[in-house]
Amino acid sequence: MGPFGKTIIPLTMLKREKFIIILTALLALLPLSQSRFYIFLGTDILIMGLFAMSLNLLLGYTGLVSFGHAAYFGIGAYTCALLMKKAGIIFPLAFIGAMVAGVLGALIIGFFCVRLTKIYFAMLTLAFSQIVWAIVFKWNSLTGGDTGLIGIDFPAYLDSSVRFYYFTLVVVAVSLGLLQRIVNSPFGRILTTIRENPERTEFIGVNVKLYQLIAFMISGLFAAISGALFGIFNHSLFPDLLYWPQSAEVLIMSLLGGIYSFFGPLVGATIILYMRMLVTSYTQYWPFIMGTILAFLLFFFPGGIVGFLREKKVFKWLK
Amino acid sequence: MAEMILTVENIKKSFDGFVAVNEVSLSVKKGEICSIIGPNGAGKTTLFNLITGHIPADSGRVTFKGIDISKMPPHKICRLGMGRSFQRTNIFPRLTVFQNIQAALVAHRGMGLNFFKMVDSLFRQETVEILERVGLKEFSETMSGSLSYGYQKQLELGIALASNPELLLLDEPTAGMSAQETRQTIALIEKISREKGLTLLFTEHDMEVVFSIAERILVLHQGKLIAEGTPEEIKQNKEVQKVYLGEGR
Repeated sequence: MGPFGKTIIPLTMLKREKFIIILTALLALLPLSQSRFYIFLGTDILIMGLFAMSLNLLLGYTGLVSFGHAAYFGIGAYTCALLMKKAGIIFPLAFIGAMVAGVLGALIIGFFCVRLTKIYFAMLTLAFSQIVWAIVFKWNSLTGGDTGLIGIDFPAYLDSSVRFYYFTLVVVAVSLGLLQRIVNSPFGRILTTIRENPERTEFIGVNVKLYQLIAFMISGLFAAISGALFGIFNHSLFPDLLYWPQSAEVLIMSLLGGIYSFFGPLVGATIILYMRMLVTSYTQYWPFIMGTILAFLLFFFPGGIVGFLREKKVFKWLK
Repeated sequence: MAEMILTVENIKKSFDGFVAVNEVSLSVKKGEICSIIGPNGAGKTTLFNLITGHIPADSGRVTFKGIDISKMPPHKICRLGMGRSFQRTNIFPRLTVFQNIQAALVAHRGMGLNFFKMVDSLFRQETVEILERVGLKEFSETMSGSLSYGYQKQLELGIALASNPELLLLDEPTAGMSAQETRQTIALIEKISREKGLTLLFTEHDMEVVFSIAERILVLHQGKLIAEGTPEEIKQNKEVQKVYLGEGR
């Protein structure tokens, strides 16, 4: 086949799918280490990695800087936990409930946000996430407010950290597979044209705001999935996880890993969480160190770590 | 009387009291090559933005193929068969040349809300055809943002063509180009519009270009249409000479 043969570009996508499978298989071996530390860290990284990748659908692919992504994470976490704890609903249904809540939350908030652009868009996402935070913080009878929601148990059949790790791994792998499909779909391509040039995209016949809103909802869905996992993983929830620093942290993870690469945010989440684990056992100045890393990064590796490695052609195939 | 593809009636737009386009009426026949000229600030780009729905008009009416499009959003107008290129180049810089055209085809064919097909395998043949037509086939895997200015303009034309327009609006298609690039681009535009029987409405500051390809010229000055006619008539028009071509000519 010629240079435009049908087999050339789709291969990279198959590679990405293959990579997810290989990665999942490798990560499935982690519990063999029998290290509670690594199983804990692994679960944490998978959850936050999915959260960061859900954000990146907006950030890297659609060009929308959401500064309030903790809202959907928190909505997912609280919905799942409250449905289980207060309504006595079984875990699978509560989990689906969290997904629905994440999508609806993103639909309502996104409906207003996509009407604005740039810094105004970012500020509005922040404002809405603070509103969601305030509701959770003040609604004591439902959420426990500042004292948090404590005693969220593992569902009966996931009642060990190893089992929950495997459950998380499967959920995250499937989610990445779906996200990967979406960014390589016609819809995903139109999102990148919106990122590059919304005005022009309108005049190839695309209803830009509608597409942005749909991206928002998909992003909210995966953020809510990661949030639901997070609540069960921690057995407790506090309003903090909806507060703005949580939104900033996930933004930093994405930037660190690289927002223009599919796996970048996952890499960023891995590095941040691993380093935080290391650093906080020596010093309490983690924010100082993270700030330094971030400043260094923005100056020297504007494309993030994966962007930098790709530029150096370390793994050309890992888009 | 030939069929009118585009009719603008008494359209008006002001920004903070400044009247940018003042009660302009014009119509374009199907298959015609028509140019709008006028000094900087005459309201040419604003007029285009009013036609394509990018800014709402204060009053007046725009009809395209017999349909009132005055209140329509740009993406709907585009889908009716109106293509447009912009004054500053408007491409998708971090996509390859190939992907630029392909995305436009995806949008035009209504595939954009498909979430699971592989986009890379779609419309490859059509994309190559358009790239050949605008002379960019050899650059198909190049990041479009790194193309030279002239090529970017050609790519933009390709993006507009991908939506298979009946009417093409070009806002200064040769702005910022060298003399050679200008000649090439004009030859290209002329060839494509004749081949496909396109109706063309374009603004241009290069008089040589205008007089060489336009069949009819409209002159805009301070938001008002002051003259209209064949290139010969416009050259002879006293008022046009006064406000636009300079008194000396």
